[in-house]
Amino acid sequence: MEAVTDFINAVVLLLNFIVVPGLAYGSQLALGALGITLVFGILRFANFAHGDTMAFGTMITILVTWWLQSKGINLGPLPTALLALPAGIVLTIVLLLITDKTVYRYYRHNKAVPVTFMIASMGVMFMTNGIVRFVIGPNDQRFLDGERFIIRARDFKTMTGLSEGLSIKLSQGLTIVIAIILVALLFWFLQKTRMGKAMRAYSDNEDLALLSGVDPDRVVLVTWIITAILATIAGTLYGLDKSFKPFTYLQLLLPMFAAAIVGGIGNPIGAIVGGYVIAFSEVIVTYAYKKVFVYLLPMSMEPEGLLQLLSTDYKFAVSFVILVLVLLVRPTGIMRGKLL
Amino acid sequence: MSNSRKTRLAFAAIACLLLIIGFAQSWNVALGILNLCLISAVMALGVNMQWGYAGLLNVGVMGFAALGGMSAVLVSQAPIAEAWNASWGGLLIAAICFLTTIIAAVFCYRRLVPGRQRTLALTLVIIIGLALTRSFLDPAISSIEAIEPAKTGFLGGMGLPIIFSWVIGGLVAAGIAWCIGKVALGLRADYLAIATLGISEIIIAVLKNEDWLTRGVKNVTGLARPVPYEINLQVSTWFIDMMRWWHSGSLTGLTEVEHQQVLKQVVIDGSSIFVKLCYAGLFAGVLVFILLLSVKALNSPWGRMMRAIRDNEIAAGAMGKDVTRRHLEIFVIGSAVIGIGGAMLTTLDGQFTPTSYQPLRYTFLIWVMVIVGGSGNNMGSVLGGFLIWLVWVEAEPVGVWLMQVGTGWLDDNNAVRIHLIANAQHMRLFFMGLVLLLVLRFSPGGILPEVVKKQH
Repeated sequence: MEAVTDFINAVVLLLNFIVVPGLAYGSQLALGALGITLVFGILRFANFAHGDTMAFGTMITILVTWWLQSKGINLGPLPTALLALPAGIVLTIVLLLITDKTVYRYYRHNKAVPVTFMIASMGVMFMTNGIVRFVIGPNDQRFLDGERFIIRARDFKTMTGLSEGLSIKLSQGLTIVIAIILVALLFWFLQKTRMGKAMRAYSDNEDLALLSGVDPDRVVLVTWIITAILATIAGTLYGLDKSFKPFTYLQLLLPMFAAAIVGGIGNPIGAIVGGYVIAFSEVIVTYAYKKVFVYLLPMSMEPEGLLQLLSTDYKFAVSFVILVLVLLVRPTGIMRGKLL
Repeated sequence: MSNSRKTRLAFAAIACLLLIIGFAQSWNVALGILNLCLISAVMALGVNMQWGYAGLLNVGVMGFAALGGMSAVLVSQAPIAEAWNASWGGLLIAAICFLTTIIAAVFCYRRLVPGRQRTLALTLVIIIGLALTRSFLDPAISSIEAIEPAKTGFLGGMGLPIIFSWVIGGLVAAGIAWCIGKVALGLRADYLAIATLGISEIIIAVLKNEDWLTRGVKNVTGLARPVPYEINLQVSTWFIDMMRWWHSGSLTGLTEVEHQQVLKQVVIDGSSIFVKLCYAGLFAGVLVFILLLSVKALNSPWGRMMRAIRDNEIAAGAMGKDVTRRHLEIFVIGSAVIGIGGAMLTTLDGQFTPTSYQPLRYTFLIWVMVIVGGSGNNMGSVLGGFLIWLVWVEAEPVGVWLMQVGTGWLDDNNAVRIHLIANAQHMRLFFMGLVLLLVLRFSPGGILPEVVKKQH
């Protein structure tokens, strides 16, 4: 009997420290990577400004959240930020459309090479980053309110009588639910609507799509709008789950790129798969397994060290190593995206 | 306007700006900016080799600069005998294990038939090898870090004069660049950019966490200097005599007490200017040396070949040029130059702080320098290094001043005004982006575009 309890305890431990955080982080990465992959599929360049687009949208959401909080408006148990999201999305759409009009459109009409687009996106990255730091400052901001947990570790323990607790933060639950809804909507849009089909056609073969009467300017416009929606929501969810700091969002660029490429760049399903692959690998290799083995192994074989494969600070290395492995073994990514 | 006249004009303008800063703010500030301008120019030259000559998009500048900085520590710090004594056996065995793993992995890869079995064998060899290495490395590391962690807790360095680190920093960066290039250079531009961005983050993560190597986030301070210390200068007679001679005009006709006071002040000011001038001399020497070599290289047949590869890889390949090898070559050379710049920077700072390496400052800013100055043109990159660093530094006081003037109609305690003034410094990121976009759009060649000589 004790062996069974120990086994269940080990499973709960893994659920608590690997599965739940991995799912939440993976969903955030997947939403971010979807934005990168859409821009790559339609506009055909790697968008370095994406992390800062996320930061910008989140910043607006935070500011509106603070304003709502000061007015005493809230959503009860849910974070007020959800109420502020539409404002963040709208302003991010405005930002992206302005950058497209002033920066990218010129290069698109001149048929510039992708590298030029990429360097231009670095300029946009600088400017957006400057705006974000100017408005909200470079420091950590917290804007989470409402209920903190769906299940608390202590409640779980008393409920089940296990010695290990399972806690699920509300922000983690929200992230997963919202990500599922968004992805479902996106796929419905891409598969069923006229505009979505036009976008897929444009991404697949630009000339053929143009010949069939697809309006390129509209396709680009819709792409930016969807990117803004995804980026703002992904950024806000990440900020709710962890915290908001402009520099962290710049650093998110790497795992998001890795997710998009690993899944198969230009392929939306690939971006989602890639997001979870990267997130779970990061969590799995940086978790210290000592306690799990304490439960699973007999007393005499208890491990001495922490059994941590890599220190948490090396999580960037994880996304990078996976990226390189995929590039070497299967350059089109898991889901057969485009070759860059 | 011809390009050489434009070059001279541009550099004259930079010199004027520095002089204005010297007169308006202080010579100390002006020289401080000049020193960082020189270092920025060296790094920009390195990026220009990769991007301007060969079209390689290296977004990992920060990593190579940090490697240079690490070399400065490893060269100049005194070795810590206790740490070596406690750990050399473990380190040696771990190193042997690691090398054996690599050799075994390469052997497996080359000798076995491709297929599932080879993949399995390769994975096994790597996992077992790394586990073995770690089983020896981990105790060695903890024994090193246990020795006086508040003061040392690392292996120390070689105890050589820090100036050697400029060469060694270049070599270390070149070595790492070779490893990276072997893996990543086959990729197309977009992938290479993302891959190098990742590698630079990993290098910084290693430097932050491997306390036994660089003390990690505990930083290494008080690095030895290649130039005299201000305090020593202030008490040496030759320096005081020199200052007395230099300021003889303002020192005459003063009473004895006043004379002593004024002399003391000019000696203190003079010593810090003298130190900065010494640095400027060293850095300028390195810059001129690298610049001369780059100009020679770019105008040689080798440089022509590089540009040919950049402009049309397929055609160059068809003419029998080994594109992959040449790319690896230029990637290694460019990274070495960035490493030299990084070592110089740490030498100037006198300390190594891994947390200070941020991609915006050390990667993307250098890129702005190259693009704005003129990619493919060595003088252009140097100019970009000077100009962009000047703007980057001076944007802060100018931004604060602008905000103060712009919000002058508001009350002093107005929250908006306080916020705007406090955050004005961040606007320089915005301006950098704006400058980059404007140059890219309206003058894609940069201020001093590449000079294409017609070959007859």
